[in-house]
Amino acid sequence: MKRRHQRMIFIGIVTAGMLVSAGFAYRAFNENLLYYYTPTQVADGEAPIERKFRLGGLVVEGSFERAEGSMTARFELTDNYRDVTVEHSKILPDLFAEGQVIVAHGTMRDDGIFVADEVLAKHDENYMPTEVAESLAEGARRAAQE
Amino acid sequence: MIPELGQFALVLALCLALVQAALPLAGSFAGRPDWMALARPAAAGQFVFVAFAYGILAYAFLTDDFTVLFVASNSHSALPTAYKFAAVWGGHEGSLLLWMLVLSTWTLAVAFGSRNQPADFSSRVIGVLGIVSVGILLFTLVTSNPFDRIPGAIEGRDLNPALQDPSMVVHPPTLYLGYVGTAVPFAFAVAALLAGRLDKDWARWARPWTIVAWLLLTAGIAFGAWWAYYEFGWGGWWVWDPVENASFLPWLMTTALIHSLAVTERRGIFKSWTVLLAIAAFTLSLLGTFLVRSGILDSVHSFASDPTRGLFILGLLGVISGGALVLYAVRASSLEAEGGFRLVSRESFLLANNILLVIATILILLGTLYPLFIEAFRATDVSVGEPYFNLVFLIPMLPLAALLGLGMHAAWQKMSMGALLARLRWLVPIALILAIVYPLVAYGATSVMTVVGVGTGVWVVLTSLIEPVSRMLDSRSVRLTRAQWGMFAAHLGVGLFIVGATVTSGFDAEREVPMRIGESAEIEGYEFELLDLRTIEGPNFTAEEGEFELRRDGELVATLRPQDRVYRVRTAQMTEAAIDGNLFRDVFVSLGADLGAGSWSVKLHYKPMIRFVWIGCAVMAFGGLLAATDRRYREPARERAKSRSAVGKPAGQGAR
Repeated sequence: MKRRHQRMIFIGIVTAGMLVSAGFAYRAFNENLLYYYTPTQVADGEAPIERKFRLGGLVVEGSFERAEGSMTARFELTDNYRDVTVEHSKILPDLFAEGQVIVAHGTMRDDGIFVADEVLAKHDENYMPTEVAESLAEGARRAAQE
Repeated sequence: MIPELGQFALVLALCLALVQAALPLAGSFAGRPDWMALARPAAAGQFVFVAFAYGILAYAFLTDDFTVLFVASNSHSALPTAYKFAAVWGGHEGSLLLWMLVLSTWTLAVAFGSRNQPADFSSRVIGVLGIVSVGILLFTLVTSNPFDRIPGAIEGRDLNPALQDPSMVVHPPTLYLGYVGTAVPFAFAVAALLAGRLDKDWARWARPWTIVAWLLLTAGIAFGAWWAYYEFGWGGWWVWDPVENASFLPWLMTTALIHSLAVTERRGIFKSWTVLLAIAAFTLSLLGTFLVRSGILDSVHSFASDPTRGLFILGLLGVISGGALVLYAVRASSLEAEGGFRLVSRESFLLANNILLVIATILILLGTLYPLFIEAFRATDVSVGEPYFNLVFLIPMLPLAALLGLGMHAAWQKMSMGALLARLRWLVPIALILAIVYPLVAYGATSVMTVVGVGTGVWVVLTSLIEPVSRMLDSRSVRLTRAQWGMFAAHLGVGLFIVGATVTSGFDAEREVPMRIGESAEIEGYEFELLDLRTIEGPNFTAEEGEFELRRDGELVATLRPQDRVYRVRTAQMTEAAIDGNLFRDVFVSLGADLGAGSWSVKLHYKPMIRFVWIGCAVMAFGGLLAATDRRYREPARERAKSRSAVGKPAGQGAR
């Protein structure tokens, strides 16, 4: 084989490899986009049914409940306008508390409860995720209108 | 009065930085030795004043001076002394001052390490570093003054409990040393562009600085991962959080830069590419600072932040990186290659390394920044999940690791593929057999990813060991240089890391169970029995402590005491996991929450070979240390020239 042929084959293999990889990367990208929804959007039925998404808001004071000795906890999450019940059966993060802002990752169950497989509370109690801050302000505005 | 001295020192440092940025650069073009001679004194003076300001802030923390806003927000009189000192970088203002201190330390080191280099060149390097200093000092003074006062605070708000951990004493400074250290190759690159000339000497001067920055960055990132691993007790060590990416992207670029510099130093090619990588590495460091400090991305690391700061850093990024890129566009064509190379050669492998690392960087950067674009254009919030990053990191890294084993043994300029394969072919079946057998024997299971990962890791380990081992066995062979030892060691670290990361992500186990005193729970053959629960008083926290006996096959392995702490001042809760670890596995337990009726939620973890991840990083960093202290970087150029003419060929020409 001539050097030129060798080079062509080499370039061909590299190009093919890159195309296949790009395809995988693109698919992984689309599959792993997690959209953010507010409790109001969930209450309005805008949230997806089977796809995982992020839900953010304020944990409603006095809404936290957990049967004695059980791991499963339930609480209400609000954007100051609508509430969604969230269920989580793992250990909650250290900074989780009623009245705190959290972001939960999970899916909607048929009975309208959001089943979270991950709950995030932040390092810093001064910090509020921008998207949650926006949805709380929007929720308060709509609540005031009614 | 004392805190005002700190602020005053920062202003003086800014004045000196302005001198350092302006005169040496101007002097190098005007041919004024007197202007150029100002570079070193200005750099030294700037260091003294920044260090003084830093000392003042540390003093304010140690003496509980709560009239200083930053101290009042991040410290408390009951905080242990070591954490008072670490609290200096526990918030935005102080960590920026640390950034600045690290930058002026690097500048000082470069100023005095470059005395044997031509004055016009070193003046430009120091001048460029001066420009960066001006930007950061302005940023500190204008938007984030750590010496701002508040009247009437009697007690501080305490340091964020998550940061009250021994590794927080070392993680940020190490990370910053690496992060900010990328300013040095950046300054070298800009100086070369300004001169329109870049020779092998340039690469020889720039390389040790780059390697030192890289090894500190490696260590800093590893410390961070380690901290996350045991401090949070959720068993993870890397989640592709935007802030983790912010430190990892410069690491990838610096890794590429080290390899590209090797080619430039050795062969006088890849010049403009090397310069571009140096600019990219520092740009990503600045971008990382921007992402972390602007609060624009949501992450577990995000601390309260202020949009004007973000805007300021963005402006700084535009001026510094934009300026460098414009200069690159104008001048890059003047950097001529001094030779060529064949398809099968060390150069080709290093080129492949660079391309794959750049692909990884771009894909990770895309995933990190995509949410920002979407938010700007479509007004929906979106985040990119971990599996994306895992996959797009693996796609370029698997071929990289496979090629790495070959590249280490390839000769410069050209080599026959047959000779290369003949040398290493027999290692392939060994790696493959180990990859198939080891998981089955040790963990009784396997998967395609495990075989691929362990196989690749073992391949890298074996190809890193074969040369040093065969040299040691053959007493007549030429001894390896320290730089060669460094290369093999760093790559050995990569191999160990791959094996550790594969096994720990493939075979880890995790359980969350409710437990009462006297009850037991089991994970992967390890039995945990909860013996006792009691309340403990710490210096600034109250903790619930569990006592667990860890047994395997009925034999006592360890007694573990995880805590669930409540910090009194911030009333914040923190979990302290208790870990029993050895080389091949970590087993750990952490307390969740009181479930009532005497029952607690308890989290059990089994992490096989996680320590290979830490050891791999340590070995990589150690390899960097060896390479950076090679003889050719230590002896001055004049003596080199002498020894070169005496021997009749360039020094260090061995099997490399």
